[in-house]
Amino acid sequence: MLRFLLEKEFKQILRDSFLPRIIFMFPIMMMLLLPNAANMEVKDINVCVVDNDHSPTSERLIQKVGASPYFHITSIAASYPLGIHSIENSVSDVILEIPLHFEKDLEKELCSKVFIAANAVNGTKGGLGSSYLSAVVADFSKELSVKKIQLVNKNPSPTIVTNSEFAFNSSLDFKRFMVPAIMVQLITILCGFLPALNIVSEKEKGTIEQLNVTPINKFVFILAKLIPYWTVGFIVISVCFALGRFVYGIYPEGSLLTLYFFTAVYILAISGFGLLISNSSSTMQQAMFVMFFLLVILILMSGLFTPVSSMPEWAQYITIFNPLKYFIEVMRMVYLKGSTIVDLTKQLYALFGFMVVLNGFAVLSYHKNS
Amino acid sequence: MNLFQKFIRSSQFWSFVAKEFYHILRDKRTILILLGMPIVEIILFGFAISTEVNNSRLAILDPSNDVATQHIIREMEASKYFTVVKVLRSTADVEPTFQRGEADIVLIFSNEFIDKLYHKGGAQIQIITDATNPNVAVTLNNYASSIIFNYQRELARLQKVPYQIKPEIKLLYNPAMKSSFNFVPGVMGMILMLICAMMTSISIVREKETGTMEVLLVSPMKPLSIILAKAVPYLVLSVVNLLTIMWLSVFVLHVPVAGSIFSLTLVSVIFIIVSLCIGLLISTISETQVAAMLISGMALMMPVMLLSGMMFPVENMPMPLQFLSHIIPAKWYIMAVKKIMIEGLELKYALQEIIILCFMAVVLITISLKKFKIRLD
Repeated sequence: MLRFLLEKEFKQILRDSFLPRIIFMFPIMMMLLLPNAANMEVKDINVCVVDNDHSPTSERLIQKVGASPYFHITSIAASYPLGIHSIENSVSDVILEIPLHFEKDLEKELCSKVFIAANAVNGTKGGLGSSYLSAVVADFSKELSVKKIQLVNKNPSPTIVTNSEFAFNSSLDFKRFMVPAIMVQLITILCGFLPALNIVSEKEKGTIEQLNVTPINKFVFILAKLIPYWTVGFIVISVCFALGRFVYGIYPEGSLLTLYFFTAVYILAISGFGLLISNSSSTMQQAMFVMFFLLVILILMSGLFTPVSSMPEWAQYITIFNPLKYFIEVMRMVYLKGSTIVDLTKQLYALFGFMVVLNGFAVLSYHKNS
Repeated sequence: MNLFQKFIRSSQFWSFVAKEFYHILRDKRTILILLGMPIVEIILFGFAISTEVNNSRLAILDPSNDVATQHIIREMEASKYFTVVKVLRSTADVEPTFQRGEADIVLIFSNEFIDKLYHKGGAQIQIITDATNPNVAVTLNNYASSIIFNYQRELARLQKVPYQIKPEIKLLYNPAMKSSFNFVPGVMGMILMLICAMMTSISIVREKETGTMEVLLVSPMKPLSIILAKAVPYLVLSVVNLLTIMWLSVFVLHVPVAGSIFSLTLVSVIFIIVSLCIGLLISTISETQVAAMLISGMALMMPVMLLSGMMFPVENMPMPLQFLSHIIPAKWYIMAVKKIMIEGLELKYALQEIIILCFMAVVLITISLKKFKIRLD
């Protein structure tokens, strides 16, 4: 029985003029596009300098800012209001204003000020931009101080040398962080949306009635709907693995087998979720919007873009019920840290749970009589 | 113009609009989602999603266990950024701890710490961060080093540090650094695009697919007014959503509307027209609902989320993507809304965006009218 149903499902997918192309093109397009777009590194901050002092020291500070890889000095304004004007016209992101008597104050009172004003409409950029700029200023004053100390003081002071190491991603490459999680997103979209539209499209076309009058039992029916997407998911994830390896040079530290194993469980879970929605919708438009609505929430709360640990406590409790979160953790841990299945037991139990519960409901929600 | 006025006034036109409204309102679940989506998204973005790093899990390897190391650990624990979760015994424990995902950062003190600190010219601390997420790792590393640096400065307090330049930081437009200032315009762009383009295209294609389009086309209505009648309900829905988002952002997220409401409405209406045209265009090129959904999902929603600058800064992207982002209407709309709504600038500062959106509207209307077929194949 299952064999014939599967034959029907595969034929339907392959005969479609659109679906096979989508299944191949979508992951390729997204894998090429997404990691380049989803980049939250903050660099190339445009600085507007307002130098009221025009002293050798202020010149040196400006040079130091210009030499930093994070900053471009895009404009030099005569006054602060003109600087604000350059922010309003999007010429610069940050204003560095050096006050009058900057050098004189520094020599006389050993203390001086600079003003930093950042456009914080983009909070991350404004915040990091101003803190990078103040780090450059602090560095500059330390440089000046070191020269002075060498002249005045000869006793060594108690020092702590800190030695920073960035484990698993020493080049701080944002793509290494995003690529494994983007694979999860692709699998979720394809293996979630296609089943969600499947049963309901049979309902709209009326072909579901023909299936309802056959002696197929509910379980076989759902299984026959699941297996094609399972295959699709394996193709998609393999394309993703290959693209990650050959386009971005990113390959798993851990074993590929672990990844395939988790993928197998995850696809069943998310496709079951899609079928559940399909069963409980009456039109494709409805299924589509319900799925879209839920997926946006699941993706935003999965830790894909922002860490789960940064969320408030109530939101972290909600993420317990988010299968994406566990699979993204698995992908990142295996890809970057080389974690093994022993380290991932929590995630394994969770995904197994989702698989059983979601598919159970999918079977239960399919009714032969309306 | 005369013709236009004629059919707007005609009762035929309004009965078609009423028909569309029935279609939408009868599907309770879809309408609930359409009206609820902006609310849920504003709440998620406003309260749940944050890039702030705190309460990260710290593991300690402290072979000396003396006054100085204890002091540093206490300082770490006292800050809101770190919680000590684990004490390691040897350097061999470091990697498995990370692999099991039990800690985000590990501090390794050198042995004989206090002795080295005072008598041997310097003690060492190794800070290892889990750099899976580079931004979080850099932030944690900076927090930890500054706590250690402060302790060191306390020890050296007696020696006057010469030359101090105090930076005074002012954050313009968004002093509390709320990310809502960035995403409220983004959510507006996304929701308007979703409703106008996606819903319009699907509803037209559904008429084609179920065969009812033929019935509509043989009616005495002009084909153009059939399409216009389809657009009106979605126009109303998107205005409702626009008002919801603005109300929520002012009263729940406390994001003020700094500029004039008139300018904001003007820009939004232009953008809604652009989106409706895109929806119409999609409906003319796709034959099935699945195709229309996938095209609008892939060609509209993904690029809008990714390339419009809503979530990721456009200036970080490689040149081809930056170039691609220029042809995305939502990008210009979001830029205009940021200028008018958040920065409170006058309309003339958003002139470039408005001109581009108008130009896009004209081009799209021309193409979709040309492609719109009166006859079925």
